[in-house]
Amino acid sequence: MTVDNVHIEEEKESQPTILQEKEPSSFRLISSLGIAGFFSGLVLVSVYVFTQPLIEANRAEALQNAIFKVLPACESFVTLQLRDGKLIELKQKKEGEKSSKQEKEVKQIFAGYDKENKFVGFAIPGSETGFQDVIVALFGYDSDAKVIIGFEVLESKETPGLGDKIFKDADFQLNFEALAVEPEIISVKNGEKKNNNEVESITGATISSKAIVRLLNNTMDIYKSPINEYLNDQAND
Amino acid sequence: MIEETNNPTSADEFLKGIWRENPVFVAVLGMCPALAVTNSAINSLAMGLATTFVLVSSSVLVSLFRKVIPKQVRITAYIIIIATFVTAIDFLLAAFFPVIHKELGAFIALIVVNCLILGRQEAFASKNKVGLAVADALGMSVGFTFALLCIGIIREILGNGSLFNISLFGPNFEPWVIMILPPGGFFALGFLLLFFNWYTEWRKKKNETRDA
Repeated sequence: MTVDNVHIEEEKESQPTILQEKEPSSFRLISSLGIAGFFSGLVLVSVYVFTQPLIEANRAEALQNAIFKVLPACESFVTLQLRDGKLIELKQKKEGEKSSKQEKEVKQIFAGYDKENKFVGFAIPGSETGFQDVIVALFGYDSDAKVIIGFEVLESKETPGLGDKIFKDADFQLNFEALAVEPEIISVKNGEKKNNNEVESITGATISSKAIVRLLNNTMDIYKSPINEYLNDQAND
Repeated sequence: MIEETNNPTSADEFLKGIWRENPVFVAVLGMCPALAVTNSAINSLAMGLATTFVLVSSSVLVSLFRKVIPKQVRITAYIIIIATFVTAIDFLLAAFFPVIHKELGAFIALIVVNCLILGRQEAFASKNKVGLAVADALGMSVGFTFALLCIGIIREILGNGSLFNISLFGPNFEPWVIMILPPGGFFALGFLLLFFNWYTEWRKKKNETRDA
């Protein structure tokens, strides 16, 4: 209450000064806002120019770390873009990092290579509606054995303590050490995993667990044939 | 209160924001960040510091230009100034503290509409010299950060069994998950407000009996 009283009294004090002052011209109003806007723009542009390379570097580093995590043997990677159902190699000239907007619109996957430049598998990002919001994840796919070999959640707002076990629960991560993607990944109850294409759901986080299975299946549906085509082309070269 | 602070010093202006006019516990301003990002102590601290940066820098500019900005467009001008600093801190956090920036998410950008900041410009910075405006802004910021930290510490200890990510009770502690979920914010804030009001009343009574 005390604060409100102060406001009212202060306003009363300033009232007479407004009446005494001559009404400023429209030009003065517009120009003062224009000048404020101009300097604001100047500050924003300089901060943007200064921070943008750092932000891009952070983003690239986060992505790189995730790729190396889901493809354990991976030492370097090539970015592939999905265009008209075909995977096209992107030059590593930081072209992919140019704008984050483009990056999100164009579907990209990453082909990983080990120390001897031998192909080890793909790192594939995918997204799916979870319990609260979209879950974005990256998984490692061994195209020779047709199994998923690693899994990492990039973004999620799942319930702390329950749904967030999809990336905090070590037992759930065990599902993705060698998960067969064919014919289809199936979610089963905890402790009932028999075949290597089954994912054990987390007790108390069934919706989040099933969302992960959907994410993997849907993403594999998109990339299965482009990947085969790409690998055939590579073999023929 | 006006009589009390007829000749306010910078120290008075600084101290009032921390306790007597604490933005969260007394004025109940800035509830959006106070509830939304206080699920851990470190997030509370980061939000408090980001708000401090915006509030102090905006107060300096508004106070410097208080005679230049026409009254008719003052709110728009304040918003331009505030939004500029908020966008700057948004970029800077993303560049230097990407983890914290990811945790706070959209709430950094939402500092623009924190009524604590616009409120201080309108009620104080636009009417006072730069020195006093800085003292006032700093006091309010420290008060705001302190309040956020109180809520964040309570929620993190109860909801996660840790403080600044350091586990306090060992692995056998069963956390009250509800405390780091949205309802926990309301619980923590409600109990803190209760405590503050009870304490203020108690002190008032004590002073009255002493005077009598």
